[in-house]
Amino acid sequence: MTKKKATKKKVTKSTAKKKKTSKKKTTRTTSTHKLKPGMVFEYDPAPESSAVVSIKKKYELFIDGAWVAPESGKYLNNENPATEESLGKFAIGNEKDIDKAVKAARKAYEGEWGKMSGKDRGKYLFRIARILQERAREFAVLETLDGGKPIKESRDVDIPLAAAHFFYNAGWADKLEYVYPGKDVKSIGVCGQIIPWNFPLLMAAWKIAPALACGNTVVLKPAEQTPLTALLLAEVCQEAGLPKGVVNIVTGEGPTGAALVDHKDVNKVAFTGSTDIGKLIAKNIGHTNKKLTLELGGKSANIIFADAAIDQAIEGIINGIYFNQGHVCCAGSRLLVEESVHDIVVKKLKKRMSSLRVGDPMDKNTDIGAINHKEQLVKIKEMVAQAKKGGADFHQADVKVPRKGYYHAPCFFDNCSTSDMIVRDEVFGPVLSIMTFRTPEEAIVKANDTQYGLAAGIWSEKGSKVHQVAGGLKAGVIWANTYNKFDPTSPFGGYKESGFGREGGRHGLLPYLEVK
Amino acid sequence: MTSVTVKIPGGGKTSIPHFPIDMVNANERAASFTKRSIKKQSKMDALYLAIEMTDLTTLEGMDTPGKVKQLCAKGIHPVPQHLLKDVSRNYDFREIPSVAAICVYPSMVKHAVEALEGTGINIASVATAFPSGQLDLRMKVKEVEKCVKDGATEIDMVIDRGAFHCGHYQKVFDEIVAVKEACGDAHLKVILETGELKTYDKVRLASWLSMEAGADFIKTSTGKVSPAATMPVTLVMLQAIQDYYEETGKKIGMKPAGGIRTAKQAVHYLCMVNEVLGTDWLSPDLFRFGASALLNDLIKQIFKQQSGQYYYDDILSQD
Repeated sequence: MTKKKATKKKVTKSTAKKKKTSKKKTTRTTSTHKLKPGMVFEYDPAPESSAVVSIKKKYELFIDGAWVAPESGKYLNNENPATEESLGKFAIGNEKDIDKAVKAARKAYEGEWGKMSGKDRGKYLFRIARILQERAREFAVLETLDGGKPIKESRDVDIPLAAAHFFYNAGWADKLEYVYPGKDVKSIGVCGQIIPWNFPLLMAAWKIAPALACGNTVVLKPAEQTPLTALLLAEVCQEAGLPKGVVNIVTGEGPTGAALVDHKDVNKVAFTGSTDIGKLIAKNIGHTNKKLTLELGGKSANIIFADAAIDQAIEGIINGIYFNQGHVCCAGSRLLVEESVHDIVVKKLKKRMSSLRVGDPMDKNTDIGAINHKEQLVKIKEMVAQAKKGGADFHQADVKVPRKGYYHAPCFFDNCSTSDMIVRDEVFGPVLSIMTFRTPEEAIVKANDTQYGLAAGIWSEKGSKVHQVAGGLKAGVIWANTYNKFDPTSPFGGYKESGFGREGGRHGLLPYLEVK
Repeated sequence: MTSVTVKIPGGGKTSIPHFPIDMVNANERAASFTKRSIKKQSKMDALYLAIEMTDLTTLEGMDTPGKVKQLCAKGIHPVPQHLLKDVSRNYDFREIPSVAAICVYPSMVKHAVEALEGTGINIASVATAFPSGQLDLRMKVKEVEKCVKDGATEIDMVIDRGAFHCGHYQKVFDEIVAVKEACGDAHLKVILETGELKTYDKVRLASWLSMEAGADFIKTSTGKVSPAATMPVTLVMLQAIQDYYEETGKKIGMKPAGGIRTAKQAVHYLCMVNEVLGTDWLSPDLFRFGASALLNDLIKQIFKQQSGQYYYDDILSQD
């Protein structure tokens, strides 16, 4: 509904015309004062204000409760992927910085924090959770500026869930003896944690909250693409009065993470990221006494049976693969459709995709925001180009995409085969591959035919079938008639090359405890 | 997919698909439209459009010719001219349009016809033993014929929910067919009374049954049962309309009625129509709001957009 169109309407809609209408009543089916059919209902921009955050010119490292300059003196530019504008500089930590951070964490562990009762540790975690809620808007805006995800998602998913993880784990802090009834549990020590760029604050919460609840101290390295919310979380830790050294945040790139993994005084390493790096870490840690959990890639199957509620399954497909631009390790990137409903599903999917709003992540009406960073966009484009040569049918949503910034319109490949690259390799972008199956047995075989095993979705209105299929799937998380639902009470983690260890729930505490 | 088979007039059968609806996800999708943020010109356009889509309604036992006349006056000029003095000075002020229709009981149709003469506003009459629908078909048909004869241009009939719950789909179907025939040129809106059907599966089935039987519009509720119109129920019906259009090429209209009281709600409904069915349905020909209190809130919000401030409630007529 542009202004131009509005004026047009004005012209056609005069009172004089109205009065001319015939007095014969029964044939009067269309009124003269209606709007022009087929007009475009365009939503005017509804941007969230960025005034709630102040981006610093330079961000330091958070070590031992204080902001310190990096030993190297080096800083890296941070960029807003939606606008390609600068978001200040952040410090690059090296071995020396990591060493300082680990020492601070050790001191806190041996000192005040290690001796503190669970009840008191819980108080700090509750306090952090509450501050996260109080400053939710600030966090949401910062997350969207830094990572390009729609404000709708950072506001309604990322930040509330991050707070929920602190609340949930805070509750465990004084109840650890019930994690394994009859056994004694103890904290581990200093945890080195490395997190990815797709859910920056949420991943920090998944890592820090259980570690602290169990009495450990942490050194966290955020992804170099998205350091801002983790650094704001450091500020929250200060505000909550958390003893210094309990949480240390060292920003930087790969070498910074490597230094953290390799540090001799780290007792446990937790990594969320790509399978390649995960394998490297596992190799390095193999000859040490460090504990390790890995949450890696995925190529999860979303299985649609003919007896599914199709309209809702379409929502599940959309949410499964296009949520957070597909930058989700458990994204439902392989769609398995029962052959008898393939055509209707694809038809409805195409229509639904055309109603997705791609664009400015800060706009409250945006469904799909910017690709997290340039390299990722290049990688997605390369994979799409390669897959196009493979012979599968390509479809891309006919939606407007901003010229500036890193965007990729949602798309899918139809009529794929299990051997296709686009079916086997993780894209980590808004790219779906579609295959068909005939029987539940075939669906299970196809769903399991992957190196990964993080998640799966099953869509059927027949409960017995859902349970039967779920039992056969090799995946850590299985959703029935929904997708991408997260809750702090539910363990999350993978089979096969998707990693090991679980995060969330009672199981999520185990990697941070020694069981005696 | 299972289906229900019904006999159609003149011989032959048609099958009504029993299309399952997942309640949790339907609710979620419907809720997503309430998060749309409609601003500035698009908000203004939506507010005007909502007025033009309103079926201004009075359905009370105490309805009188006087009440109906006053309601008609309100429907023609939702805002008295002298109240427009302030806002109409704005260069881009658009005249406040009339509503789409006045919706009344059968006995009030002739009074509405008189009051609306020459305005182009439709006269909708509820019929078929509204709101229960528990009456012999012959008498229902007689009632409809009387309404049309009195000058109703639209008939809002209720389906027999008792028969529907019994699984007597043929009876429900036949009644709609008979009423449609009695309507002649008048448009037929079929009220499902979704608050009594309860499950979305049944809403979907009843929607398809009604469209197949000849409904021009499908409508959620009588307004006499709670809950009346809800976003998820409307979504399920819109998706049925979409599928029916894909299959038959026929565009069926939608009317949520009851419980839509605020401009904000109305804008959310319009977003839903826009994103599910597309712009073709953004017209009073294919979408209506059955409401009464909604109209004043729409006007209030238009005034607010124009003047930057809220007017007090009493400034608008409360008819």
